Amino acid sequence: MPAISFPPAGERELRLDLFRGLALWLIFIDHLPPNLLTWFTIRNYGFSDATEIFIFISGYTAAFVYGRAMIDSGVVVASARVLRRVWQIYVAHVFLFTIFLAEISYVATSFENPLYTEEMGIMDFLKQPDVTIVQALLLRFRPVNMDVLPLYIMLMLFLPLILALMKWKADVTLALSVLLYALTWHYDWYLSAYPNGYWAFNPLAWQLLFVFGAWCALGGARRMSGVLSSPITLWISFAYLFAAFCVTLTWYLPQLGHLMPRRIEQWMYPIDKTDLDVLRFAHFLALAAVTVRFLPKNWPGLKSPWLRPLILCGQHSLEIFCLGVFLAFAGHFVLAEVSGGAAMHFLISISGILIMWAVAWVISWYKNVADKSASRKGAGGNADLAGGG
Amino acid sequence: MKSRARAVVGLTVLSGLLAMAIGSARAEESSQGCDVPSYLVTTESSLSRVTEAAKSGRLDILVIGSRSSTINASEASAYPARLQAALLEKLPSVEVNVAVEIQVKKTAEETAGSFVKLMEAKRPTLVVWQTGTVDAVRSIDPDEFRNALDEGVAALQNAGVDVVLMNPQYSPRTETMISVPPYLDSMRVIAQKYDVPLFDRFAIMHQWSDAGDFDLFSAFHGVDLAKRVHDCLGRALSALVIDAAHLGPTQQN
Repeated sequence: MPAISFPPAGERELRLDLFRGLALWLIFIDHLPPNLLTWFTIRNYGFSDATEIFIFISGYTAAFVYGRAMIDSGVVVASARVLRRVWQIYVAHVFLFTIFLAEISYVATSFENPLYTEEMGIMDFLKQPDVTIVQALLLRFRPVNMDVLPLYIMLMLFLPLILALMKWKADVTLALSVLLYALTWHYDWYLSAYPNGYWAFNPLAWQLLFVFGAWCALGGARRMSGVLSSPITLWISFAYLFAAFCVTLTWYLPQLGHLMPRRIEQWMYPIDKTDLDVLRFAHFLALAAVTVRFLPKNWPGLKSPWLRPLILCGQHSLEIFCLGVFLAFAGHFVLAEVSGGAAMHFLISISGILIMWAVAWVISWYKNVADKSASRKGAGGNADLAGGG
Repeated sequence: MKSRARAVVGLTVLSGLLAMAIGSARAEESSQGCDVPSYLVTTESSLSRVTEAAKSGRLDILVIGSRSSTINASEASAYPARLQAALLEKLPSVEVNVAVEIQVKKTAEETAGSFVKLMEAKRPTLVVWQTGTVDAVRSIDPDEFRNALDEGVAALQNAGVDVVLMNPQYSPRTETMISVPPYLDSMRVIAQKYDVPLFDRFAIMHQWSDAGDFDLFSAFHGVDLAKRVHDCLGRALSALVIDAAHLGPTQQN
């Protein structure tokens, strides 16, 4: 039996696109100031949030696309393709940073509310752009909400190594990843950031989710199908999801806080997002187990026009992710400059999602046209199956 | 074709909604008042030294904070002064003194280092420690921040004073630039650990913004909004202190 195996070529896993699209929408909504739609995002109902979904699916699709490339055309060519992708993500990140810089410079010069004199200290970095911009290019200076892409860059950078190891022995690779995760927690390893602190998503911990995604893509999911279809797994998942829901409830209704036993609170808090707390990881696993169980691969709803917008967004994840970050900036800006009413919040969220959908549609359309003309010329037009992995 | 027509209708509806949204937001601004839901100004932790001091007729409070505990050029309108006024009004039999110790651009760690000397010099009954903003602006490691809080609160309690922690302001304009939540969490954890009341300034101001009491997005340069917000903060803080020290009209006997 080969170490890794693939499902039949050309068969697109629509569930992955669907949930990645969903994760992108949720990330966008979570980046906006809280409003009505925020209540529909999963972070309000448990420990994990859209970031987990995004990183897991990215690992899955990346392994799927580039793992196949590694078998078809060898390690060197596949690695080169991965690095090209890393470069694209890096450029996207720098582009977003430029937009952020434009926004913050504008706010710095136009906003002088005496109530917030202290908060304006955040503009101090504009006084030394020489340091700040270089640090941003080194991925060490990241403004708020710009932490996911640097994490993604780091993970993709190590993808060739991960895939080569998986090609050798997939289970050993996963074990090594768990080991790195454990060591990171034990020795408190982290990547430092500028001017203080550390990376908001520690790649040394979050790699676990990425590698786990890759492992699932390369046959792990199929081997786990026995475990996944067992009723015990299902009930454990449900119980855990329910417990997590009860805990999150106490965050939003502080009146209920006294119902939580102090002993459990002290053991549980803080639930660390930076280092991908085990509670978060377990919550994601439970969600995934329940989802896989109730949403079969051939569910006809996946072809329904109602889910089309989500799937389209999921198929062009990098573009739509960047667009989402930009739209969140723009949304904040409109809220600050035009008006901050609840109706406006809602409107901005909805229009943001519509814009993401529209752009995803345009990209799809363009890729289709480009692929057609490419295949007419005889070149093997291989549009990125994974929506850019 | 049909779907295109639907898109046009959708866009028209959307722009109508947009106009309505702007209209309603304008209308909201005119309402006034600053009510705070009671769970934000009640606490299970108690301030026993404040209770004692109030009984003896004299209460000395020291506010230790950074820039957001003042308003430039109008100290009398900042929340510490408003706290004093509110307490004097609600506790007519007590001589209340609120002193202020501002440490501009100092992190929690730097501020906590000064506590021992400060307590020897000022000998207050209650310290309101407003912190977190400078640390958030400089994105100090939240673990370091938590340790500094831990040491600071311990030092204050060792010096024999009651403590109230006050977290950062809700500042919607800088939300994309400053990540406040980790610091709010740390303060909640430490308040719980030492069983001291937390004045949740962030949640309270957020509440006011949502309810339309204040337009905190305003870029207006005048000092009027700051004065009104500080007045309300001072009153809310006085309610929390009275609740924690069991000095309310129904609690006193």
